[in-house]
Amino acid sequence: MAGGKEIKSKIGSINNTRKITSAMEKVAVSKMRKAQERVAATRPYAEGMRKVIGNIAQGNIEYRHPYLSERDVKRVGYIIISTDRGLCGGLNTNEFKKVVLEMKSWKSQNVEAEFAVIGNKATAFFKRFGGKVVAQQTGSGDVPRLADVIGSVKVMLQAYLDGRIDRLFLVYNTFVNTMKQEPVIDQLLPLPKADIAQKEHNWDYLYEPDPQPILDMLLDRYIESQVYQGVVENAASEHAARMVAMKAATDNAGNLMDDLKLVYNKARQAAITQELSEIVAGAAAVG
Amino acid sequence: MAMTVQLDVVSAEEKIFSGLVESVQVTGSEGELGILPFHAPLLTPLKPGMVRIVKQFGEEHVIYVAGGVLEVQPDSITVLADVAVRGEDLDEQAALDAQKRATEAMQHAGADFNYAEAAAQLAEAIAQLRVIQKLRKK
Repeated sequence: MAGGKEIKSKIGSINNTRKITSAMEKVAVSKMRKAQERVAATRPYAEGMRKVIGNIAQGNIEYRHPYLSERDVKRVGYIIISTDRGLCGGLNTNEFKKVVLEMKSWKSQNVEAEFAVIGNKATAFFKRFGGKVVAQQTGSGDVPRLADVIGSVKVMLQAYLDGRIDRLFLVYNTFVNTMKQEPVIDQLLPLPKADIAQKEHNWDYLYEPDPQPILDMLLDRYIESQVYQGVVENAASEHAARMVAMKAATDNAGNLMDDLKLVYNKARQAAITQELSEIVAGAAAVG
Repeated sequence: MAMTVQLDVVSAEEKIFSGLVESVQVTGSEGELGILPFHAPLLTPLKPGMVRIVKQFGEEHVIYVAGGVLEVQPDSITVLADVAVRGEDLDEQAALDAQKRATEAMQHAGADFNYAEAAAQLAEAIAQLRVIQKLRKK
Protein backbone atom coordinates (compact mmCIF):
# COMPACT_ATOMS: atom_id res chain seq x y z
CA MET A 1 0.00 0.00 0.00
CA ALA A 2 1.75 3.12 -1.31
CA GLY A 3 2.16 5.67 1.47
CA GLY A 4 -1.20 4.86 3.04
CA LYS A 5 0.04 5.52 6.53
CA GLU A 6 1.66 8.82 5.58
CA ILE A 7 -1.53 10.01 3.94
CA LYS A 8 -3.55 9.02 6.98
CA SER A 9 -1.31 10.92 9.38
CA LYS A 10 -1.42 13.94 7.07
CA ILE A 11 -5.22 13.85 7.14
CA GLY A 12 -5.06 13.68 10.92
CA SER A 13 -2.82 16.71 11.23
CA ILE A 14 -4.94 18.75 8.81
CA ASN A 15 -7.98 17.79 10.82
CA ASN A 16 -6.33 19.11 13.98
CA THR A 17 -5.43 22.37 12.25
CA ARG A 18 -9.00 22.69 11.06
CA LYS A 19 -10.29 22.27 14.60
CA ILE A 20 -8.06 25.13 15.74
CA THR A 21 -9.00 27.49 12.90
CA SER A 22 -12.70 26.83 13.34
CA ALA A 23 -12.40 27.49 17.09
CA MET A 24 -10.56 30.74 16.36
CA GLU A 25 -13.31 31.70 13.94
CA LYS A 26 -15.98 31.19 16.58
CA VAL A 27 -14.01 33.16 19.16
CA ALA A 28 -13.53 35.99 16.67
CA VAL A 29 -17.27 36.12 15.97
CA SER A 30 -18.16 36.67 19.60
CA LYS A 31 -15.30 39.11 20.19
CA MET A 32 -16.28 41.08 17.12
CA ARG A 33 -19.80 41.50 18.41
CA LYS A 34 -18.55 42.86 21.71
CA ALA A 35 -16.05 45.13 19.98
CA GLN A 36 -18.83 46.56 17.81
CA GLU A 37 -20.84 47.38 20.92
CA ARG A 38 -17.79 49.14 22.31
CA VAL A 39 -17.49 51.22 19.12
CA ALA A 40 -21.09 52.34 19.49
CA ALA A 41 -20.54 53.17 23.17
CA THR A 42 -17.73 55.63 22.40
CA ARG A 43 -19.85 57.81 20.12
CA PRO A 44 -21.95 59.86 22.60
CA TYR A 45 -18.80 61.18 24.30
CA ALA A 46 -17.18 62.35 21.08
CA GLU A 47 -20.44 63.95 19.98
CA GLY A 48 -20.82 65.77 23.30
CA MET A 49 -17.22 66.99 23.04
CA ARG A 50 -17.71 68.22 19.48
CA LYS A 51 -20.83 70.12 20.47
CA VAL A 52 -19.22 71.86 23.44
CA ILE A 53 -16.01 72.72 21.54
CA GLY A 54 -18.12 74.15 18.71
CA ASN A 55 -20.08 76.27 21.17
CA ILE A 56 -16.91 77.64 22.77
CA ALA A 57 -15.31 78.39 19.40
CA GLN A 58 -18.40 80.46 18.56
CA GLY A 59 -18.61 82.37 21.81
CA ASN A 60 -15.00 83.01 22.69
CA ILE A 61 -13.30 84.26 19.56
CA GLU A 62 -10.41 86.28 21.01
CA TYR A 63 -8.57 83.13 22.17
CA ARG A 64 -7.13 81.11 19.33
CA HIS A 65 -5.95 77.67 20.36
CA PRO A 66 -2.92 76.32 18.43
CA TYR A 67 -4.87 73.12 17.68
CA LEU A 68 -7.28 75.19 15.61
CA SER A 69 -4.86 77.13 13.42
CA GLU A 70 -3.15 75.89 10.27
CA ARG A 71 0.57 76.34 9.69
CA ASP A 72 3.12 75.44 6.99
CA VAL A 73 3.93 71.76 6.89
CA LYS A 74 7.58 70.92 7.50
CA ARG A 75 7.20 67.81 9.60
CA VAL A 76 4.24 65.53 10.15
CA GLY A 77 3.26 63.08 12.87
CA TYR A 78 1.39 59.81 12.58
CA ILE A 79 -0.35 57.80 15.24
CA ILE A 80 -0.59 54.30 13.80
CA ILE A 81 -2.94 51.77 15.31
CA SER A 82 -2.36 48.11 14.53
CA THR A 83 -3.25 44.77 16.06
CA ASP A 84 -1.16 42.97 18.66
CA ARG A 85 -1.62 39.57 17.07
CA GLY A 86 -1.48 38.25 13.53
CA LEU A 87 -3.64 35.72 11.67
CA CYS A 88 -6.06 38.39 10.57
CA GLY A 89 -5.57 38.42 6.81
CA GLY A 90 -4.09 41.47 5.14
CA LEU A 91 -5.45 43.92 7.69
CA ASN A 92 -2.14 45.30 8.96
CA THR A 93 -0.29 44.92 5.67
CA ASN A 94 -2.86 47.00 3.79
CA GLU A 95 -2.73 49.66 6.46
CA PHE A 96 1.07 49.90 6.43
CA LYS A 97 1.11 49.99 2.63
CA LYS A 98 -1.12 53.03 2.74
CA VAL A 99 1.21 54.75 5.21
CA VAL A 100 4.29 53.89 3.12
CA LEU A 101 2.62 55.43 0.08
CA GLU A 102 1.90 58.61 2.03
CA MET A 103 5.47 58.68 3.25
CA LYS A 104 6.69 58.62 -0.35
CA SER A 105 4.57 61.61 -1.26
CA TRP A 106 5.70 63.52 1.86
CA LYS A 107 9.31 62.69 1.06
CA SER A 108 8.98 64.18 -2.42
CA GLN A 109 7.87 67.40 -0.70
CA ASN A 110 10.82 67.19 1.70
CA VAL A 111 8.59 66.64 4.69
CA GLU A 112 9.84 64.36 7.45
CA ALA A 113 7.65 62.18 9.63
CA GLU A 114 7.46 60.93 13.20
CA PHE A 115 5.46 57.94 14.36
CA ALA A 116 3.66 56.88 17.49
CA VAL A 117 2.78 53.22 17.19
CA ILE A 118 0.07 51.29 19.00
CA GLY A 119 0.16 47.49 18.75
CA ASN A 120 2.88 44.88 18.24
CA LYS A 121 2.52 44.67 14.48
CA ALA A 122 3.12 48.36 13.89
CA THR A 123 6.05 48.31 16.30
CA ALA A 124 7.68 45.46 14.41
CA PHE A 125 6.96 46.98 11.01
CA PHE A 126 8.25 50.46 11.73
CA LYS A 127 11.37 49.05 13.33
CA ARG A 128 12.14 47.49 9.94
CA PHE A 129 10.80 50.43 7.95
CA GLY A 130 13.21 52.74 9.74
CA GLY A 131 10.87 55.56 10.66
CA LYS A 132 11.44 57.75 13.68
CA VAL A 133 9.27 56.18 16.35
CA VAL A 134 8.76 58.48 19.31
CA ALA A 135 6.13 56.59 21.30
CA GLN A 136 4.93 53.05 21.55
CA GLN A 137 2.08 51.17 23.20
CA THR A 138 1.34 47.46 23.08
CA GLY A 139 -0.74 44.89 24.86
CA SER A 140 -4.08 46.70 24.98
CA GLY A 141 -5.82 43.34 24.99
CA ASP A 142 -9.42 42.70 24.04
CA VAL A 143 -10.83 45.53 26.13
CA PRO A 144 -8.79 48.61 25.25
CA ARG A 145 -8.74 51.31 27.90
CA LEU A 146 -8.49 55.03 27.32
CA ALA A 147 -5.57 55.06 29.74
CA ASP A 148 -3.64 52.94 27.23
CA VAL A 149 -3.54 55.70 24.63
CA ILE A 150 -3.02 58.75 26.87
CA GLY A 151 0.77 58.47 26.88
CA SER A 152 1.27 58.14 23.13
CA VAL A 153 -1.22 60.92 22.39
CA LYS A 154 0.43 63.22 24.91
CA VAL A 155 3.84 62.74 23.24
CA MET A 156 2.38 63.73 19.88
CA LEU A 157 0.39 66.68 21.25
CA GLN A 158 3.53 67.95 22.97
CA ALA A 159 5.47 67.59 19.70
CA TYR A 160 2.75 69.64 17.99
CA LEU A 161 2.78 72.35 20.64
CA ASP A 162 6.60 72.51 20.54
CA GLY A 163 6.44 72.91 16.76
CA ARG A 164 8.27 69.63 16.06
CA ILE A 165 5.34 68.50 13.92
CA ASP A 166 2.87 70.69 12.02
CA ARG A 167 0.23 68.11 11.34
CA LEU A 168 -0.94 65.02 13.12
CA PHE A 169 -2.67 62.08 11.49
CA LEU A 170 -4.36 59.00 12.84
CA VAL A 171 -4.14 55.72 10.91
CA TYR A 172 -6.45 52.79 11.66
CA ASN A 173 -8.80 50.30 10.02
CA THR A 174 -12.45 51.29 9.85
CA PHE A 175 -15.07 48.65 10.23
CA VAL A 176 -17.25 48.92 7.12
CA ASN A 177 -18.92 45.55 7.56
CA THR A 178 -17.88 42.03 8.51
CA MET A 179 -16.44 41.36 5.07
CA LYS A 180 -14.83 44.72 4.54
CA GLN A 181 -12.36 46.75 6.61
CA GLU A 182 -10.64 49.76 5.17
CA PRO A 183 -7.48 51.53 6.32
CA VAL A 184 -8.03 55.27 6.73
CA ILE A 185 -5.81 58.22 7.51
CA ASP A 186 -7.64 60.94 9.45
CA GLN A 187 -6.25 64.36 10.21
CA LEU A 188 -6.31 65.07 13.95
CA LEU A 189 -4.40 68.35 14.13
CA PRO A 190 -5.06 71.06 13.29
CA LEU A 191 -8.69 70.17 13.87
CA PRO A 192 -10.50 69.98 10.53
CA LYS A 193 -12.98 72.86 10.38
CA ALA A 194 -15.92 70.63 9.50
CA ASP A 195 -15.43 68.82 12.81
CA ILE A 196 -16.31 71.82 14.89
CA ALA A 197 -18.71 73.67 12.60
CA GLN A 198 -21.66 74.89 14.59
CA LYS A 199 -24.75 76.97 14.11
CA GLU A 200 -24.30 80.64 15.00
CA HIS A 201 -25.72 81.60 18.34
CA ASN A 202 -25.67 84.68 20.52
CA TRP A 203 -25.26 83.25 23.98
CA ASP A 204 -22.09 82.25 25.78
CA TYR A 205 -21.38 79.92 28.65
CA LEU A 206 -20.71 81.00 32.19
CA TYR A 207 -17.17 79.72 32.62
CA GLU A 208 -15.91 78.55 35.97
CA PRO A 209 -13.14 79.60 36.34
CA ASP A 210 -11.87 80.63 32.83
CA PRO A 211 -12.65 79.55 29.28
CA GLN A 212 -9.03 79.05 28.28
CA PRO A 213 -8.04 76.12 30.53
CA ILE A 214 -11.41 74.48 29.90
CA LEU A 215 -10.91 74.67 26.14
CA ASP A 216 -7.34 73.34 26.50
CA MET A 217 -8.58 70.42 28.54
CA LEU A 218 -11.50 69.71 26.23
CA LEU A 219 -9.36 69.71 23.10
CA ASP A 220 -6.83 67.30 24.66
CA ARG A 221 -9.67 65.01 25.72
CA TYR A 222 -11.24 65.27 22.30
CA ILE A 223 -8.07 64.17 20.50
CA GLU A 224 -7.64 61.35 22.99
CA SER A 225 -11.19 60.19 22.45
CA GLN A 226 -10.62 60.22 18.68
CA VAL A 227 -7.57 58.01 19.07
CA TYR A 228 -9.40 55.76 21.49
CA GLN A 229 -12.25 55.42 19.01
CA GLY A 230 -9.64 54.44 16.42
CA VAL A 231 -8.27 51.77 18.74
CA VAL A 232 -11.72 50.35 19.43
CA GLU A 233 -12.71 50.41 15.79
CA ASN A 234 -9.43 48.78 14.80
CA ALA A 235 -10.14 46.03 17.33
CA ALA A 236 -13.55 45.40 15.75
CA SER A 237 -11.88 45.28 12.32
CA GLU A 238 -9.25 42.89 13.64
CA HIS A 239 -11.82 40.40 14.87
CA ALA A 240 -13.85 40.67 11.67
CA ALA A 241 -10.75 40.14 9.54
CA ARG A 242 -9.65 37.21 11.68
CA MET A 243 -13.11 35.70 11.44
CA VAL A 244 -13.01 35.83 7.64
CA ALA A 245 -9.42 34.57 7.45
CA MET A 246 -10.15 31.68 9.79
CA LYS A 247 -13.32 30.77 7.91
CA ALA A 248 -11.31 30.58 4.69
CA ALA A 249 -8.64 28.51 6.43
CA THR A 250 -11.26 26.11 7.81
CA ASP A 251 -12.84 25.72 4.37
CA ASN A 252 -9.45 25.14 2.76
CA ALA A 253 -8.55 22.54 5.34
CA GLY A 254 -11.85 20.77 4.61
CA ASN A 255 -11.12 20.72 0.87
CA LEU A 256 -7.62 19.47 1.43
CA MET A 257 -8.92 16.69 3.64
CA ASP A 258 -11.45 15.63 1.01
CA ASP A 259 -8.74 15.49 -1.66
CA LEU A 260 -6.41 13.52 0.56
CA LYS A 261 -9.16 11.09 1.52
CA LEU A 262 -9.74 10.43 -2.17
CA VAL A 263 -6.04 9.75 -2.71
CA TYR A 264 -5.98 7.53 0.37
CA ASN A 265 -8.98 5.48 -0.76
CA LYS A 266 -7.56 5.09 -4.24
CA ALA A 267 -4.28 3.84 -2.77
CA ARG A 268 -6.14 1.49 -0.47
CA GLN A 269 -8.24 0.13 -3.35
CA ALA A 270 -5.17 -0.34 -5.53
CA ALA A 271 -3.49 -2.26 -2.73
CA ILE A 272 -6.50 -4.58 -2.29
CA THR A 273 -6.78 -5.15 -6.01
CA GLN A 274 -3.12 -5.99 -6.20
CA GLU A 275 -3.35 -8.38 -3.29
CA LEU A 276 -6.37 -10.15 -4.82
CA SER A 277 -4.71 -10.53 -8.16
CA GLU A 278 -1.63 -11.96 -6.45
CA ILE A 279 -3.75 -14.51 -4.57
CA VAL A 280 -5.66 -15.46 -7.73
CA ALA A 281 -2.43 -15.74 -9.69
CA GLY A 282 -0.90 -17.85 -6.91
CA ALA A 283 -3.93 -20.17 -6.78
CA ALA A 284 -3.83 -20.56 -10.59
CA ALA A 285 -0.15 -21.48 -10.49
CA VAL A 286 -0.74 -24.11 -7.81
CA GLY A 287 -3.82 -25.52 -9.55
CA MET B 1 -45.00 67.03 39.10
CA ALA B 2 -41.52 68.42 39.53
CA MET B 3 -39.76 69.89 36.53
CA THR B 4 -37.13 67.72 34.91
CA VAL B 5 -34.16 68.11 32.60
CA GLN B 6 -32.34 65.62 30.36
CA LEU B 7 -29.04 64.43 31.87
CA ASP B 8 -26.35 62.46 30.05
CA VAL B 9 -23.28 61.16 31.82
CA VAL B 10 -20.85 59.83 29.21
CA SER B 11 -17.22 58.77 29.22
CA ALA B 12 -14.93 58.01 26.31
CA GLU B 13 -15.53 54.32 26.92
CA GLU B 14 -19.25 54.12 27.61
CA LYS B 15 -22.54 55.84 28.31
CA ILE B 16 -22.92 55.84 32.08
CA PHE B 17 -26.32 57.46 32.59
CA SER B 18 -29.03 58.96 30.45
CA GLY B 19 -32.47 60.09 31.53
CA LEU B 20 -34.71 62.79 33.00
CA VAL B 21 -33.66 64.22 36.35
CA GLU B 22 -35.03 66.75 38.82
CA SER B 23 -31.64 67.93 40.04
CA VAL B 24 -27.91 67.11 39.89
CA GLN B 25 -25.13 67.71 42.41
CA VAL B 26 -21.50 67.65 41.31
CA THR B 27 -18.09 68.70 42.61
CA GLY B 28 -16.85 71.43 40.31
CA SER B 29 -13.27 72.68 40.34
CA GLU B 30 -14.52 75.74 42.26
CA GLY B 31 -16.77 73.86 44.67
CA GLU B 32 -20.03 71.96 45.00
CA LEU B 33 -22.71 72.73 42.44
CA GLY B 34 -26.41 71.95 42.42
CA ILE B 35 -28.09 72.19 39.03
CA LEU B 36 -31.85 72.46 38.55
CA PRO B 37 -33.81 72.57 35.28
CA PHE B 38 -33.53 75.79 33.21
CA HIS B 39 -30.09 76.67 34.54
CA ALA B 40 -28.11 79.21 32.51
CA PRO B 41 -25.45 77.77 30.13
CA LEU B 42 -22.44 76.83 32.24
CA LEU B 43 -19.16 75.07 31.65
CA THR B 44 -16.83 73.91 34.42
CA PRO B 45 -14.20 71.22 35.01
CA LEU B 46 -15.04 68.58 37.60
CA LYS B 47 -12.95 67.24 40.44
CA PRO B 48 -12.95 63.53 41.21
CA GLY B 49 -16.05 62.92 43.27
CA MET B 50 -19.67 61.91 43.41
CA VAL B 51 -22.40 62.95 41.02
CA ARG B 52 -25.62 62.85 43.00
CA ILE B 53 -28.67 62.60 40.78
CA VAL B 54 -32.32 62.99 41.79
CA LYS B 55 -34.19 61.19 39.05
CA GLN B 56 -37.71 61.88 37.92
CA PHE B 57 -40.16 60.88 40.74
CA GLY B 58 -37.49 61.55 43.37
CA GLU B 59 -35.33 58.43 43.18
CA GLU B 60 -31.70 59.11 44.09
CA HIS B 61 -28.70 57.79 42.26
CA VAL B 62 -24.97 58.26 42.88
CA ILE B 63 -22.20 57.90 40.30
CA TYR B 64 -18.48 58.25 40.90
CA VAL B 65 -16.55 60.26 38.31
CA ALA B 66 -12.77 60.61 38.18
CA GLY B 67 -12.99 64.15 36.82
CA GLY B 68 -14.23 65.62 33.58
CA VAL B 69 -16.31 68.55 32.39
CA LEU B 70 -19.86 69.63 33.18
CA GLU B 71 -21.85 71.33 30.46
CA VAL B 72 -25.20 72.87 31.34
CA GLN B 73 -27.83 74.10 28.90
CA PRO B 74 -31.31 75.20 29.99
CA ASP B 75 -32.82 72.02 28.54
CA SER B 76 -29.97 69.55 28.94
CA ILE B 77 -27.02 68.70 31.19
CA THR B 78 -24.00 66.74 29.99
CA VAL B 79 -21.23 65.33 32.15
CA LEU B 80 -18.22 64.42 30.00
CA ALA B 81 -16.57 62.15 32.53
CA ASP B 82 -12.95 61.00 32.61
CA VAL B 83 -12.49 57.28 33.00
CA ALA B 84 -9.31 57.55 35.01
CA VAL B 85 -7.93 60.05 37.46
CA ARG B 86 -5.95 62.54 35.42
CA GLY B 87 -3.42 65.15 36.27
CA GLU B 88 -0.51 66.99 34.72
CA ASP B 89 2.03 64.71 36.44
CA LEU B 90 0.11 61.50 35.66
CA ASP B 91 -0.23 62.40 31.97
CA GLU B 92 3.43 63.34 31.87
CA GLN B 93 4.37 59.96 33.30
CA ALA B 94 2.26 58.15 30.71
CA ALA B 95 3.97 60.11 27.96
CA LEU B 96 7.43 59.31 29.31
CA ASP B 97 6.49 55.62 29.52
CA ALA B 98 5.37 55.59 25.90
CA GLN B 99 8.62 57.23 24.79
CA LYS B 100 10.70 54.82 26.84
CA ARG B 101 8.91 51.84 25.35
CA ALA B 102 9.57 53.18 21.86
CA THR B 103 13.31 53.53 22.43
CA GLU B 104 13.54 50.14 24.12
CA ALA B 105 11.63 48.35 21.40
CA MET B 106 13.80 49.98 18.75
CA GLN B 107 17.02 49.01 20.48
CA HIS B 108 16.32 45.38 21.29
CA ALA B 109 15.49 43.19 18.35
CA GLY B 110 12.62 40.90 19.31
CA ALA B 111 11.99 43.00 22.37
CA ASP B 112 10.33 41.55 25.39
CA PHE B 113 6.78 42.85 25.43
CA ASN B 114 6.09 41.75 28.97
CA TYR B 115 7.65 45.01 30.01
CA ALA B 116 4.85 46.95 28.30
CA GLU B 117 2.27 44.80 30.00
CA ALA B 118 3.84 45.23 33.41
CA ALA B 119 4.10 48.99 32.96
CA ALA B 120 0.43 49.17 31.98
CA GLN B 121 -0.60 47.17 35.03
CA LEU B 122 1.50 49.35 37.27
CA ALA B 123 -0.02 52.53 35.86
CA GLU B 124 -3.48 51.11 36.42
CA ALA B 125 -2.70 50.17 40.01
CA ILE B 126 -1.35 53.65 40.72
CA ALA B 127 -4.47 55.27 39.26
CA GLN B 128 -6.68 53.08 41.41
CA LEU B 129 -4.65 53.88 44.52
CA ARG B 130 -5.08 57.56 43.86
CA VAL B 131 -8.83 57.18 43.57
CA ILE B 132 -8.91 55.36 46.88
CA GLN B 133 -6.80 58.05 48.54
CA LYS B 134 -9.04 60.76 47.14
CA LEU B 135 -12.10 58.94 48.41
CA ARG B 136 -10.59 58.58 51.90
CA LYS B 137 -9.85 62.28 52.09
CA LYS B 138 -13.49 63.16 51.54
